[in-house]
Amino acid sequence: MLRRDLLKGAATAAIAIAAGLPATVALAQQQTVKVGFIGALTGPQAASGRQMANAIRLYQQLNGDTVAGKKIEVIFRDDTGVADQTRRIAQELIVNEKVAFLAGFSLTPLALAVAPVITQAKTPAIIMTAGTSVITERSPYFARVSFTLPQQTMPMAEWAAKNGIKTVVTLVSDYGPGLDSEKAFFEKFTELGGKVVAQLKAPLANPDFAPFLQRAADAKPDAIFLFVPGPTAGPLMRQVVDRGLTKGGIKIIGPGDITEDEQLVSMDDSVVGTITSHFYSVLHDSPLNKKFVAEYKKANNGARPNFIGVGGWDGMHAIYEALKKTNGDTNGDKLMAALKGLEWESPRGKMSIDANTRDVVQDVYIRRVERKDGELYNVEFDVVRQVKDPYHK
Amino acid sequence: MLTILFDGVAYGMLLFILAVGLCVTLGLMNFVNLAHGAFAMAGGYLTVIMMNRMGISFWWCLPAAFIFSALLGAFLERTLYRRLYDKSHLDQVLFSIGLIFMSMAAVDYFMGATQQIVNLPPYLTGRIEIFGAQVGVYRLFVIAVCGVLAIGLQFIIARTRFGSQLRASVDDGRVARGLGIDVTRIFSLTFAVGSGLAGLGGALGASILSMDPFFPLKYMIYFLIVIAVGGATTITGPFFASLLLGIADVGGKYFVPVIGGFIIYTIMVAVLIFRPEGLFTRGKRR
Repeated sequence: MLRRDLLKGAATAAIAIAAGLPATVALAQQQTVKVGFIGALTGPQAASGRQMANAIRLYQQLNGDTVAGKKIEVIFRDDTGVADQTRRIAQELIVNEKVAFLAGFSLTPLALAVAPVITQAKTPAIIMTAGTSVITERSPYFARVSFTLPQQTMPMAEWAAKNGIKTVVTLVSDYGPGLDSEKAFFEKFTELGGKVVAQLKAPLANPDFAPFLQRAADAKPDAIFLFVPGPTAGPLMRQVVDRGLTKGGIKIIGPGDITEDEQLVSMDDSVVGTITSHFYSVLHDSPLNKKFVAEYKKANNGARPNFIGVGGWDGMHAIYEALKKTNGDTNGDKLMAALKGLEWESPRGKMSIDANTRDVVQDVYIRRVERKDGELYNVEFDVVRQVKDPYHK
Repeated sequence: MLTILFDGVAYGMLLFILAVGLCVTLGLMNFVNLAHGAFAMAGGYLTVIMMNRMGISFWWCLPAAFIFSALLGAFLERTLYRRLYDKSHLDQVLFSIGLIFMSMAAVDYFMGATQQIVNLPPYLTGRIEIFGAQVGVYRLFVIAVCGVLAIGLQFIIARTRFGSQLRASVDDGRVARGLGIDVTRIFSLTFAVGSGLAGLGGALGASILSMDPFFPLKYMIYFLIVIAVGGATTITGPFFASLLLGIADVGGKYFVPVIGGFIIYTIMVAVLIFRPEGLFTRGKRR
């Protein structure tokens, strides 16, 4: 009795599946465009992956999920910040899920790992965070909406040279982005007549900066240029101030990564006065940014967005705009053609994707850390308009 | 010059405060407790929550971190660690590594992955001048705490009745039990103190290193270097090892920055080759 019931049930289910499924699959193929998001949602880089994912969800929530008559579905996948995983997930998303775009990429090596995959599959990949210049040259299907380190650093060197800073000590973490940043600063600053009196490199795993800071202080420079990975910035800044360097009149300068918005909230007044160059501050004065920040905070327990979140937002915007231009066509080459030269208003200001290099072009702001309404902010006070990455040919 | 020496001492003491809890669990109890960093993280995060979210004074955070981690340690000792005392070191390593990953996931879930920074009260920041050297106030404070801890712990282990009972229990639990020593209770208590010290270390280190869920793995290498160089049977051994490592590391990075980052590891390798039982141990263990 029981057995017959079971059989009957199974048969009914089989018929239902046989009849119903092909229809829904066909419908889905017609109307859904899939976007494969790959970011570090757990692991040491989790903070960056979550910023991107939050911003992507927010973008869809505020702008709807339909473009050119098609539903945009984002598949969120976690690569834990390991390049092998990124590559495997990218293959899976392209082959099994047939995604039209890949997006995300928390670190440079993670982006580089997918370059051969996307070139072969002709699938556009939007870089939302990783910032080494070379990435976009590794595949014609990369387009970047975040930033490049030289793009952020050179305006700092220009500003320093123009504002009475004659001697600088650079102190960077000894890894790819640190060396990029050191090189970009050195080239621009010496070109403009400044002098870099010492170039210090600290190991990446380095709990105590005492010996480096003491060397920097001994050189008695006008300013110290710092670049360390985000999570190290807080403790480093505290040691800089504890050592009394800023009291002795030495300015602290660097790319905006060292006073990144989300982290800045938990720092103390020791960082006030630090001058950085960067493309985004939560305090950026535009109606779109005010709305972006307010909605992001509302959706995430009052946490601030940062430049990585903005990258997620703009990446999603670029995907929407490209699909509008192709009228929903998901051919990789047509989408890339649509992305090239795309211009739009971002929470960070006006930006575009360079038609030749597929890299981001944007305003870079000079900002000073100040306390406003009880919280620390990067306050923009000067700007260099529409900066391109200086290293692309 | 004097400033560099002081910085070296201060860094050494930072290493010591991070490792002192491990001296107790690994050194005295002979349990390979790699999850030491997880207890330190518990103390560090408690400090972050108490100071930054609830605005409680730093002075209350330190004992609170000690007590909280000690209770956590006592609880885990009762439920988990006790079963592994008789197992091989490899089992202990695998077990405690697993515990690390669980602690990281738990902290990530409750506190998020962002870096948490402890902001010290103003009178503990800044610098004062002693004998012409610029000296950080907070670092001076850490040095003082370490000195007191090292002397106090060494006294307890070497001179008190509890200390000798503990040594007896570790060296031969069966005989100790036969002599009427309550080995189980002594182990529980010692493990709790070790975990508490780890928590205190986390609380004191939090403002210099800052806290994130990866703390237990990120700094594990430093705890282990201190124990490897100092030897695990005393408290003074790791204490002097920390001093040596701190001064060598800071001095190296200052005077020869090109190889500075390697010095701490070079010392460890040299010690492991020539004196595998540690620089500052007297005689053989067991």
